[in-house]
Amino acid sequence: MSLLTLQRDFRDWLVTGDDSAAAALGGGPGTLVYQNNYRTALVSSLAETFQRHALWLGEEAFESAAARYIDARPPSSWTLDAYGEDFTDFVATLWPDDPEVGESALIDWTVGQVFVGPDAEALLPEALAVADWETAVIRAVPSLLVLPITTNADAIWQALATGEAPPPAETAEHGTALLVWRQGLEPVFRRAEAHERDVLAWSAAGQGFAAICERLAETLGEEAAVTAAGTLLGRWLSEGMVAAVD
Amino acid sequence: MTQHLTGFGLGMRRPHYRSYVDGTAPVDFIEVISENFMIAGGKPLDTLMKARANYPLALHGVSMSIGSADGLRGDYLAELRRLVDMMEPAVVSDHLCWTRIDQFNSHDLLSLPYTEEALDAVCRNIDRAQEALGRRMLFENPSSYIAFPGAMTEWEFLTAMTKRTGCGLLLDVNNIHVSAVNHGFAGEDYLAGVPMDAVGQIHLAGHVRGEHLLIDTHDQPVPDEVWALYRAATELAGPVPTMIERDDNIPELEELCAELDVARVISADVAGTRIAA
Repeated sequence: MSLLTLQRDFRDWLVTGDDSAAAALGGGPGTLVYQNNYRTALVSSLAETFQRHALWLGEEAFESAAARYIDARPPSSWTLDAYGEDFTDFVATLWPDDPEVGESALIDWTVGQVFVGPDAEALLPEALAVADWETAVIRAVPSLLVLPITTNADAIWQALATGEAPPPAETAEHGTALLVWRQGLEPVFRRAEAHERDVLAWSAAGQGFAAICERLAETLGEEAAVTAAGTLLGRWLSEGMVAAVD
Repeated sequence: MTQHLTGFGLGMRRPHYRSYVDGTAPVDFIEVISENFMIAGGKPLDTLMKARANYPLALHGVSMSIGSADGLRGDYLAELRRLVDMMEPAVVSDHLCWTRIDQFNSHDLLSLPYTEEALDAVCRNIDRAQEALGRRMLFENPSSYIAFPGAMTEWEFLTAMTKRTGCGLLLDVNNIHVSAVNHGFAGEDYLAGVPMDAVGQIHLAGHVRGEHLLIDTHDQPVPDEVWALYRAATELAGPVPTMIERDDNIPELEELCAELDVARVISADVAGTRIAA
């Protein structure tokens, strides 16, 4: 048997757990050790990544979902930390009538990504004194991620993270977004304010602060637009969300 | 600055991070799992940077998959090179095993058949890895639960591998014991067959006894059988940087350091015997 064939047979055994696949490796108790190691490592990885989501689901439901995910999605990345990348969508399809299930998983996943995201020093407010506001473009810290949510999964997640009783799941009348970023080394998140998601998206697309004020003015009027944009910028600076004003 | 690895160390694990960051852990070097730090930024890298300032560092990988029949992943090598350049470790190591084939990654250290074909594949991959990293690597003998028919023993395979590629060995004494019991060979025969001049580091760990096999779990203290084999290895190899791996059921740092003192005593005892002789 060639090395390539042997390794593919081994993969088939780990992924399927079929007796015929074990027989191709010679069978015996050793094959079961590898099968157990494989599944245990993946379940542990998912449990580590989706801690609050697992608390919300309960141990039995989470382990059942993890087992089905492992059957459906063999790992491909060299890092176990990436294994849960599709788990959020997977559990969302398992509980289509409970959108907070998928969203709680999404928060776990995103907070984990932000935790190891790129580093950047947050800009100090004094730096704005030399900004040219006709051309200035606001650059958010690179760890910032924006999550659309439709439920109170954020409140559920926060309660579970602090050991409190989570509130009942609720679906919002209008969807909102969570901003997830890192203050220093610690991930934080909060709900986006009105217009904040748009302003962040426009900034990320390279639009200058003056141009953004003009776009806001189309719906808010000029004076309110400048006030709104200025308020957002002040909040971002105080929260360590701005990396640069170019 | 890259430092030389000497003395006695521990795997740096999360419950003890603070002691490594403040430099109070009484060890000569630390080792971390490379993949845990092949990330963009954040607290893990910050912690490792601070610990790295206090201790020489060994980077120990689990996902290079040096035995893959279809070669190595370029993105993996590039990420590891980035970490190596950042941390300037004294040692970079991985395992003689395979973890990936095609797009499937098992996240387990899987056995290789010790055949000429596998030797060719492993040596080809080691050459590529050492070139990509710009340095010599160490490869660890695995623990195994399946032994495939092969043309040579594991120690003959390791000997040929080191000769052809110039790589070194990370001798895991617990793995030798686990595989010896599981496959019915003598650990002493294994040690006698290993090219000791290639050994750059020694691992110690514990295991559990399953229904049919010993399982390499890293969740128990180093047992007497492994200490005995460590003494035998040290008698053959001389002083080699030695560390304990504890990945689960992790005790207080003081308990691990007391266990590491056993290795110090054995090593000193063997060195004393050598001098007396």
